[in-house]
Amino acid sequence: MVSGLVFFRKRIRMSQPSISKSMTSGESGLAVVFAVTAFLCVVASAKALDAPFAFHAALGAAASLAAVFCIINRYFERPAALPPAEINGRPNYNMGPIKFSSVMAMFWGIAGFLVGLIIASQLAWPALNFDLPWTSFGRLRPLHTSAVIFAFGGNVLIATSFYVVQKTCRARLAGDLAPWFVVVGYNFFILIAGTGYLLGVTQSKEYAEPEWYADLWLTIVWVTYLLVFLGTIIKRKEPHIFVANWFYLAFIVTIAVLHLGNNPALPVSVFGSKSYVAWGGIQDAMFQWWYGHNAVGFFLTAGFLAIMYYFIPKRAERPIYSYRLSIIHFWALIFLYIWAGPHHLHYTALPDWTQTLGMTFSIMLWMPSWGGMINGLMTLSGAWDKLRTDPVLRMLVVSVAFYGMSTFEGPMMSIKVVNSLSHYTDWTIGHVHSGALGWVGFVSFGALYCLVPWAWNLKGLYSLKLVNWHFWVATLGIVLYISAMWVSGILQGLMWRAYTSLGFLEYSFIETVEAMHPFYIIRAAGGALFLIGALIMAYNLWMTVRVGEQEVQMPVALQPAE
Amino acid sequence: MSFWTRHQIFEKNSIILIVGILLVIAIGGLVEITPLFYLKSTIEAVDGVRPYTPLELAGRNIYVREGCYLCHSQMIRPLRDEVERYGHFSLAAESMYDHPFQWGSKRTGPDLARVGAKYSDDWHVTHLTNPRAIVPQSVMPGYPFLAQTEVDPDTIADHMRTLRTVGVPYTDDQIANAGADMKAQADPDNAGSDAFTKRYAKAVVRNFDGKTGTPTEMDALIAYLQMLGTLVDFKIYNEKANLR
Repeated sequence: MVSGLVFFRKRIRMSQPSISKSMTSGESGLAVVFAVTAFLCVVASAKALDAPFAFHAALGAAASLAAVFCIINRYFERPAALPPAEINGRPNYNMGPIKFSSVMAMFWGIAGFLVGLIIASQLAWPALNFDLPWTSFGRLRPLHTSAVIFAFGGNVLIATSFYVVQKTCRARLAGDLAPWFVVVGYNFFILIAGTGYLLGVTQSKEYAEPEWYADLWLTIVWVTYLLVFLGTIIKRKEPHIFVANWFYLAFIVTIAVLHLGNNPALPVSVFGSKSYVAWGGIQDAMFQWWYGHNAVGFFLTAGFLAIMYYFIPKRAERPIYSYRLSIIHFWALIFLYIWAGPHHLHYTALPDWTQTLGMTFSIMLWMPSWGGMINGLMTLSGAWDKLRTDPVLRMLVVSVAFYGMSTFEGPMMSIKVVNSLSHYTDWTIGHVHSGALGWVGFVSFGALYCLVPWAWNLKGLYSLKLVNWHFWVATLGIVLYISAMWVSGILQGLMWRAYTSLGFLEYSFIETVEAMHPFYIIRAAGGALFLIGALIMAYNLWMTVRVGEQEVQMPVALQPAE
Repeated sequence: MSFWTRHQIFEKNSIILIVGILLVIAIGGLVEITPLFYLKSTIEAVDGVRPYTPLELAGRNIYVREGCYLCHSQMIRPLRDEVERYGHFSLAAESMYDHPFQWGSKRTGPDLARVGAKYSDDWHVTHLTNPRAIVPQSVMPGYPFLAQTEVDPDTIADHMRTLRTVGVPYTDDQIANAGADMKAQADPDNAGSDAFTKRYAKAVVRNFDGKTGTPTEMDALIAYLQMLGTLVDFKIYNEKANLR
């Protein structure tokens, strides 16, 4: 549609030399919607029943006004015609929203790792809670998880998906303001969610803590995200939809389904933050872990596998190992993952049949996971020597190795007897972090190291040596983190079930807490190293953008196929 | 046409691909979740489980707000050591009125499913204010600010009405008297405390935080903690009838 519009405008230009500039329906419509939203937010803020809701409504009003200003300001700044879909027969890629999301990913990554370090330290030295509501572990922990998963991971996914879908479809991103609405709107959701946690606004469903109004906003943003992504695929110049886009699509669609399934809630008042979730007790537990496990499966796995399927072949300059394996990988992974949720509820009041189903499918899930890992690693065939010279590729490849490790550990922990020991302990935390730091973290870092020079059209990174430092510092941090959590988790699990020769429980609960202390210090040290690595990265990317040399555009004839 | 060529229909048509994805991801959830809403064996038949009193509900909301569930589970598994440490394993019926559930996923601190009546109110006040005053090795944050904030008896009826809409069987009588009941539960001298205990079986009327006046968040949280796991009488609970 956009290209049609541009064509139309070009014809006007031919007939009359100075074309009249007018607002697009998107510009005027969105400006009106935001103006109305600003008004409604002011009313809501004035009538609010609780302070956090008043604060959030005020934030909403300010953001809506800022949006109106930006839209109108852009209209006056821009030339009469919107950017064309193609220039000289080559797609005119839209890099602005990608740059924005990349910067936000780095920002939220550092914020999220920092909060992680703080709460890890609080467990080692509880005085750091300061006995204040806003700084206590219970409020900071959701801030940490949401900041790293949804803020860092989410921005990486949006940035890379917008890049990959354009390049592999050879088409400009669909929509004019819509991509900006997605990236800015998503980060506004993060702001509302994060400040809400600190103020005690939560519905206490892990990884789905934001309250009803934040959930509604996210729904609008997410549907727009789907439309932009899908619209770009529909405009594609390539006959096939590239494999990475299948994974991105599965991630976007399934997250929408999970979000809607887990979050239906009834607010006590439309002018207050508190709501009660529609599901109760056992059904709520099942909905929650259906959501919770598939937030891992589709947000942290399918989305990042899409990154693997584009960035590893691209960086290694080798085709994907097996096209057929990627088909099996895709369908098997998305089919099996959805079933795995009940392994979070082993031996609970959830009926046994559900637990057994969850365990069975979790074990089967090992196969497609390793199929994907093999597909990623074997893409390096004939290019393994690059691991010596290219630390970015090394980061990407090691992330896949961590993926293989944690997708073996996961099925193992889902076996009921193993779970009876590991559940409720730090072993789970260790498992999550081998996946989160090793797989999601490293594949994101690798992707951003590739993406920043590409999106800013630069020749390369500021320093590969700093990437090397980042790699080793962060790897050491991960090793410290996960080994400390394995030891503390298994130790605590064994202490809880230890009996004396007389048949009494050997340890009181607090003795098992005391035994965790040294491991909590080691874990915090590991987290600190991981944070230092991210700071090195931020400096490197900052310098890349600041002093990087512009890539000279190759003539069309020499352009390799994307 | 081989299987691999047939797959091209997904690779060349984004709408078919989306429909395929939706169908494939729907199956697992439908099979695992929907039966939980209609299979009668899912929730045990038990006597004694009732909706939370207004004060307990306010306390539960504080428990949710402060993220207590991140370190304390409320789900005792039927394993020998857990049953000996915490008491009878948790029943599905015991959390059937919980919106949202608070089973938890981590035990940085002990399970709280049956913490009710285990410690005195004084113990809780001191422990919540400064955990290390009672348990020197504890890593729990202190919550001294709870004692300084009052709960709101005026809005609690709205909360109960909302809960009734999502399925908690509050009676009209309970909702009409919510504010008064909230004050009555934290004040043994209150004229309304008899009527209150008639409305809520096994509810305890005590001055939980030891201070007079409008109940504080400390009152509410302790009222909630002190009732956890106390509603079902396991001396008369028929385990065999609920085997599944």
